[in-house]
Parts: sequence; C-alpha cells; structure tokens
Amino acid sequence: MNNKHKEFGAMLNPAESERILNAAMGRGMSRRDALRMMGAAGVVIGGSGLLGAPGAAQAQTPAPAAAGTPRRGGKIRAAAHSTSTADTLDPCKGSTAVDYTRHNMFYSGLTELDTQLVPHPALAEEFTHEGSKVWRFKLRKGVTFHDGKPLTAQDVVFSLMRHQNAELGSKVRSVAMQFEAVKAISPSEVEVTLTVANADLPVILAASHFLILKDGTTAFTTAVGTGPYKCKEFRAGVRSVGVRNENFWKPGKPYLDEIEVIGIPDEAARVNALLSGDIHLMNNMNPRSAQRVNASGTHASLETKSSLYTDLIIRQDTTPAGSEDFTLAMKYMQDREQIRDAVYRGFATVGNDQPIQPGHRYYLEGLPQRGYDLDKAKFHLQKAGLAGATMPIVCTPAAEGSVDIAALMQQSAQKIGLNLTVNRVPADGYWSNHWMKHPLGFGNINPRPSADLIFTQFFQSDAAWNESGWKNPQFDQLLLQARAESDDTKRKKLYGDMQVLVHEKGGVGIPTFISFIDGYDKRIQGYGSVPLGGLMGYAFAEHVWLAA
Amino acid sequence: MNATAAKLILNRIGIGLLTLLMVSLVVFAITGLLPGDAAQSSLGQSATPEAVAALRAKMGLDVPGYMRYFNWLGGMLTGNFGYSMVNNLSVNELLASRLPMSLMLAGVTALVSVPIALTLGIVSAMKRGSLIDRGLNLVTLSLVAVPEFLVATIAVLIFAVQLRWLSALSFASDISTIGQFLKAYALPVMTLCCVIVAQMARMTRAAVVDELNSSYVEMAILKGATPTRVVLRHALPNAIGPIANAVALSLSYLLGGVVIVETIFNYPGVASLMVDGVSNRDMPLVQACAMIFCAGYLALVLFADLAAILSNPRLRQ
Repeated sequence: MNNKHKEFGAMLNPAESERILNAAMGRGMSRRDALRMMGAAGVVIGGSGLLGAPGAAQAQTPAPAAAGTPRRGGKIRAAAHSTSTADTLDPCKGSTAVDYTRHNMFYSGLTELDTQLVPHPALAEEFTHEGSKVWRFKLRKGVTFHDGKPLTAQDVVFSLMRHQNAELGSKVRSVAMQFEAVKAISPSEVEVTLTVANADLPVILAASHFLILKDGTTAFTTAVGTGPYKCKEFRAGVRSVGVRNENFWKPGKPYLDEIEVIGIPDEAARVNALLSGDIHLMNNMNPRSAQRVNASGTHASLETKSSLYTDLIIRQDTTPAGSEDFTLAMKYMQDREQIRDAVYRGFATVGNDQPIQPGHRYYLEGLPQRGYDLDKAKFHLQKAGLAGATMPIVCTPAAEGSVDIAALMQQSAQKIGLNLTVNRVPADGYWSNHWMKHPLGFGNINPRPSADLIFTQFFQSDAAWNESGWKNPQFDQLLLQARAESDDTKRKKLYGDMQVLVHEKGGVGIPTFISFIDGYDKRIQGYGSVPLGGLMGYAFAEHVWLAA
Repeated sequence: MNATAAKLILNRIGIGLLTLLMVSLVVFAITGLLPGDAAQSSLGQSATPEAVAALRAKMGLDVPGYMRYFNWLGGMLTGNFGYSMVNNLSVNELLASRLPMSLMLAGVTALVSVPIALTLGIVSAMKRGSLIDRGLNLVTLSLVAVPEFLVATIAVLIFAVQLRWLSALSFASDISTIGQFLKAYALPVMTLCCVIVAQMARMTRAAVVDELNSSYVEMAILKGATPTRVVLRHALPNAIGPIANAVALSLSYLLGGVVIVETIFNYPGVASLMVDGVSNRDMPLVQACAMIFCAGYLALVLFADLAAILSNPRLRQ
C-alpha cells in the first residue's frame, strides 16, 4: 500500500497532489488523514522544491521541472493536429484531440482519472455501489454552471441518458446502453442501475464523452459547463477561447487567465509555430522533429507511453488466413524491435500480441515475449499448408505506421516463401470500407481508459469491432467475471488470464504500443504525461501554469 | 458604347448564368458520387449499421436525389445554402465568417501582385533579349516552379523561427493595428505572390511584345516617340485584353486554390472550409463552396471579357 503510494507520489506535481488530496478527502478522509497518507508517501503539499518531474515514470524525455507553487495569470495558445468544421462543443460527439481538449476545458465529469488511470471523485464527491450493478453518486455541494445555475442530480440524469438516443449520434452510445436506469434519488444524489455488473463504471464516466451538461441542453453554439474555463469564443475549424472560471469547484484552479485552442493539421507548420513562439503547446509531434525541438533550448518534447497501437488483423473467419498455424506464422513474422526503431523511430514500446501495455495496472508480468522468429514462422506456415502462397495485405496511412509495417512483413515473408502483396488504400473512408473486411489488414486502436473497455470493444466474440472475428467462449466468460469483480487482486488475475488467451490464440498481432509526443514551451509548468493521449490526456487546461 | 458592345456584354452575362446552372448540376451529381456519406464519416470507427441508419434519417439523406437537388437549387436562389450536416450551423453562417477572410487575402495579394507582375512584364518586354529580361525570367520562373508549401515553409523558418520578425501563423482574427495586419499578412501574401506573379508577368510580357512587333508601333518609333511613351501610350492599351485574361485566371486561383497556404498559416479561409467539407462528407457545405468558387471564377472571366470588349476601340465607339 505504502509502496504503491510512493510510486504514485513520485509521479505527481504539486497540482496533482492537491487533486489527490481532494480526492482522498472526497472519500471521507479528514484532511489530516489525507495529509498523513500522502506524507508517508513522500508527497508534500505546498512549499518549494517539490518532487520530481510530472510523469517522470512514464516519460523518457525530460519533463518540465516543477518550479514551486503555481502562478496565476497569463495566456497560452495550444495547437492540436486536426481541426475542421466538425469540431463540436457537444461532448458526446468528440472525436479528435482538439474536441477532447475543448470539452475538458469547459465541462467536468462525475469522476476523473489520474496518471495511472485510476478513477477519483470529481463532480461526484463520493460514489458507492452494490455488487457493481447499482451505483450511487453523491454530488459535490456548491458546484455551479458557468451561468450560475447550481449543479443538480437532474443535470446528471440528462447528461448520461441522452447518449442512448440513436438520433443524437453519440460516439459512446454502445457503452451507454448498459445504463438500465439513471435516476435522481435526491437533488444531490444519482443512482445508476446497470444491465450487468461493471466495476469500471467510474472509469467509463471519466471519459470526455460523459462530461456533465446542463439539463435540457440542445444548442451547442457555446458551452455552459462546470469546467475550469468559460467559453469566450468557439468557431468550428478556427479556434476555441476559454477564460478562467473564477467559480471553478477546485479551489485555486485553474491558473491561466485564458487559453486559446487551435488546430494546425500540418506537422511542420505546428513545430514551426511552436519554435517561433506563436503557440505554447502542441500534440502529435513527429519523432524526427523531437530532436530539433529539444535542441532549441527554449522548447522541449515529452513522450507519453500509451496503449495506442496499430495492429495486424488476421481474420479468423476466413480461409486460409484464419487457420491457427497461419495466424501464428504471421505473429512470428513481426520484427518488433525493427518496427519500434525504424517505423516509430524509437518512440514506441514492444508489444506482445495482447492489448494491455507494460506499466498498466493490470499488465501481466511474465508473459513470455513472442520474438521475431522466422524458423517458427516457416514451421507454422508449412503446417498451415501455405508455403509458396500469395496473400494480399491491406495497409493505409489511416492506421499509423501500417504502410511501413506491411513493407517490413513483406520482406520477412519473402524469406520463408510467402508472397505478401502490399495493397495500400487511402486513409479517407478506410474505417467504413476496409477495416476488418480483408483477411489481412490493419487497425489502429486508441487508448481506452480501462482494460474492460478494450477487451469488450475489440476482443469479445460478439463485439461489433471484434477486429479479427475471434471467438473464444472462455475469454467471454472471463470478461464478464472480471467486469463484475470489485476485488482488485482477483481482477488483476482474471485480466492476466485474458491477456494469455489473446496472446496465444487471438487473431491480432500487436507489434508495438505507440507513444504520443507533445511539444511545449519550457515556460509552461505543471505539464506531464497521462497514458490516455497527448496534451495530458487532453486535460492539460486545468493543470498548467505559465512561469513568470 | 454601341449596340454591338452591349449585345456582346449581355450575351456574356447570359452564358455565365447558364454555365453556373450547369455547374450546379455537375457539382450536385459529383458530390453524390463521393463514397460514404456524412452519417458514416461522422461516426467513423463507431459506425454500426443501426447508428448510421438513424443518423442518416435525421440528416435527411434518405430523401431521393432529385428532390434534394431542387430543394437545394431553390434554396440557393433565395440565398440559403442549407444547413451543414456536421455541426447544424447554416452554411451561410459558416461562409459568412470565412468568405470575407478569403476575399481579404485575395484582395491584398492582388493589390501587391498585380502591379509587380505588370511592371515586371512591361519592363522585360521593353528590354526583351537583354540581361534584365533574362534575369527576370529566370527568377519568376524558378519561383513558380518551387511548390508553394516549400516557399511557405522556408519563409516561416527564416522570418518566424530564426529572425522572429513575423509570426509563423496568420492571426487574422484579431487584428487591430497596422502592425498586426502586416504581421498577419506578410508571409501568406508573399508566398502567394511567388506563385502568381510569374504567370501574370509572362503573359504581360508576351502580350506587350506582340504589340511591339506590330507596324503601328514601328510607326510610333519612327515618328520619334520615347520608348516609354511607345509602350504605355501605344502598345499597352492594345494588350489589355490578353493581360486582363491572365490577371483574371491568376486571381481566380486565389479564391479556391490556396488550401496549402491556408493550412500552413492556419488562415481561416474558404478553401480549407471546403476541404473540411469533403473530408466530413458535409455535402451542403461542399456544394456551396464549389458554387462560390465557380461563381467567382466566372465573374473574373466575365470581367476579363468586359475589359477586352471595352478596351477595343472598334467595339467601344
């Protein structure tokens, strides 16, 4: 326990320790207990010369040094890698970094995740459950929307139930369908009944899609939320400007007077804008630019290890590709080190054909690493009776790195007498027209906040996005068991078994986990890594401040 | 102005309108051919068949195509381009914030580039065959041969990243002083000038040289007119037709063809709006942009025609 906190504490900056402190108190601890707990872990609140760099455990590149107490004031501009007229203020439609960032600026959720993706109370100051099936959320008192209206249980009911309306086009509708009922049991308490038990509900509710809106909101020309910044200007495809919400429910936060968020699709233009001082923060930096940015002296890059992966899909419901031996042959043909070094220039972690990345709280240590082994690949290829065969492999720029991975695999395949013909298709329309539709293809899976979500959405037998069409009843059973299990140790064991199953029998090859690379102006303080994505898991707005 | 000229002008305007109508048909048909629709692209990876069907019904994509065409055409005639399928704003509203920016960029670029191009063209025509002529040719041709993203990126590296004189992005939204205006427009306008000056200068040179070789110019020279007077007073008025054409073609590029410059400088113009529309399958937006570009192009060509007609003494009198 103590040890765990120590690890955790080492990754915190002062701002975050304060957040954890609030979270711990939200769970009914007194301030003194909470301080004692954190003190034991070497976490100090206030004072100077605090702690290491945020995200130090995650980042290889130097992160900004914590420089004492946060300073209020200042204006910054952040740029994400994509923007278009599809930009939205409606959290349920968020689909890109710039959307998530904007939503986290203007709205808050019932819960929030820390750097280890553990959920903590946010707008809900406390949550309890009965058998992981019926959940009660007690709302924080005194929280107001930007227009002054107090937060009530009705707002929460509205914000959660709207996702089920098919006409709305919510990105998380399939997740929201597990809410059997959401009702207000008092003005400050909400009860969520699920169709099946799910111990991960607090994690799910921390996703930006489930941020809390005002009851009855239908127009999204401006944002009225409870978030750290108020919406001053929003123009889709142009920019969003937020000014500090003086009545934010976290005392003392946020620090900046104003944040402007824009999108610059061209990477070179984004880096140039950063180096010329026009923007202070950017995401999706090319590994090649990282060196140049680090050499500038005034700016730096930050690598965030994440569970983002581009995977090789071997459709299990097709012949002959779906045979067990052919699948294994393909998995042995992935030269993971080379993919990491050549395709991602070192900004990636070697994967092991299962979707939980090293460092995740449910990662199974000790699962033997599948290596690059052409002898074994050849053995399985011959056993599958496919030596000398010709197979098309479909790749696309939409799945980051897949074009290069396909080329590498083509070379490996040639050495063992398999002729892979690389079929490159455009990024535009890939997800509707090609993804999961070819015997050999590629997918690109963004980080999901919980192990349950990733297994449910991409590996469960009847999942819509079961990429390889893999069916395994034992896996499905373990999944349901793990979802309902609220004991963390037992859960970790179940997730471990599932990782073994996917590693050994699954139909996808996961060669590497790809890192996110951000660039920032060194005057930005309090910045760090959250494995969900760049820009501190898209929630940097409330954490950062500008050094004088 | 005599009846012939008036008839010619009316004729041109009529043809322009007819072309626009045909363009509307083509634009509508072609946008219908794009694979995928707004419902699919807005759901992306989360496009399950039922979700797509529900969203499609809500967006009105289940109505037959010809009905949608007539509704759209009717709307356009009354100045209503319909509603964006992606963010529910009216297309007019989206255009209202972007079109003035595009016109501003095009206008400033035209103001800078046209005088430069005409001067360069006339000077090299006057000194044709000389070292100046060949030097100008070399410079303008090399500039037009370099892709604009390279010009833009190099300019940003030099002026914004190294020297820090200008900003790498064009913050055209919040301009209140002349200084800010220059800062915002200097780099984009410079990049665009590199692209369009060469073409206009070359055409001007060719047109003027053509006139300079004719016998009436020889006559003017023989009667003792100075070279400047020969060019400006005698040759140039007769070269206005082809020059106006070259200018119109180059300027029409400024309206819709500046995607790269808008992207690199983060300039909120109509070209990037249309690219957004295409990638989001936001047909009303794509159609409106396509129509505006076509209308702009036709207007410029019409203007060139009018200039040619009105500058022709045989038609004017």
